[in-house]
Amino acid sequence: MSEVRALIVDDSSVMRKIVERSLRQAGLDTLVVFEAGSGVEGLDQLKIQKVDLILTDINMPSMDGLEFLRQVREQNLAPGVPVVMITTESSEQSVKQAIQSGAQGYIRKPFTAEQVKERVLPLLNAA
Amino acid sequence: MLINGVRNAAITAAGGRGNQEMEHTMECSLRESLNLVSDPKNLDTSVEEVFSMMLGIACERYTGPAEIAEPESVTAVVGFGGVLSGACVFRSGASAAMKIAAHMTGMEFSEVDDTVQDGIGEICNMLAGTWKGKVPELAANCGLSVPTVITGQDYKIHVQSPEFKLVHTYHFDDASFEVTIICDGLQ
Repeated sequence: MSEVRALIVDDSSVMRKIVERSLRQAGLDTLVVFEAGSGVEGLDQLKIQKVDLILTDINMPSMDGLEFLRQVREQNLAPGVPVVMITTESSEQSVKQAIQSGAQGYIRKPFTAEQVKERVLPLLNAA
Repeated sequence: MLINGVRNAAITAAGGRGNQEMEHTMECSLRESLNLVSDPKNLDTSVEEVFSMMLGIACERYTGPAEIAEPESVTAVVGFGGVLSGACVFRSGASAAMKIAAHMTGMEFSEVDDTVQDGIGEICNMLAGTWKGKVPELAANCGLSVPTVITGQDYKIHVQSPEFKLVHTYHFDDASFEVTIICDGLQ
């Protein structure tokens, strides 16, 4: 796979590192990662960087992942770029909310690298 | 300590659904499922899942007296709000916290710095989310606050007359930690 540019949005720097490691373990060797510690920072990153994939936490202070995604779609910041929500919330309602907000994938924490691979690679291949 | 503030944040995260509204929307009371909600096995399997999937380590429940004897400890709190109010509390000594953060990040730590606190907060967040996900009514109608992490010495958490409280201690490698589920309100 050619170079993949991914934006990881999570208020936890540890989780950002874990997500990045999982993407590399999924076989994305040529991964270029941009990190954002909040939805607002994520929007700023998307104004200056072109990315192929967005992974975002939902439960974040100030701007949560759902609002971040709504803003991304509303401002047309990453047209056609797949978005995967990563969250501790596991209810059907949460998944539905994420999909309605425009997410293509959903990963529940805790997760394995294999689960990240299963959810993310098909989206990149389809894009 | 800050249980009330954390719980309020969780109620906000649950979509601001107040007690009255939840009472109208819930078809059956969660109180009727108290045995399921307070089942100690749910906590054990949640801890196993989080530690095996995120850290690649196996934890064993330890049923003796609490063993966190280090002077410095790290405590993370994630509040529950909605049909259940309360908190998930993770507590360990500094050395266990640093080992957990090392497993999460692949880095070595000599002090409880921001990264260690961040990692412990995330562990608590995942424990709270996994635990509530074991009961469908909770998964759908109970929100989580963002984690709060406290480090220091000689502090205690006190909750008056909880509905129920689970306090479990676990071992991994040669370290131990404690996870507490406090429920102080149930619909």
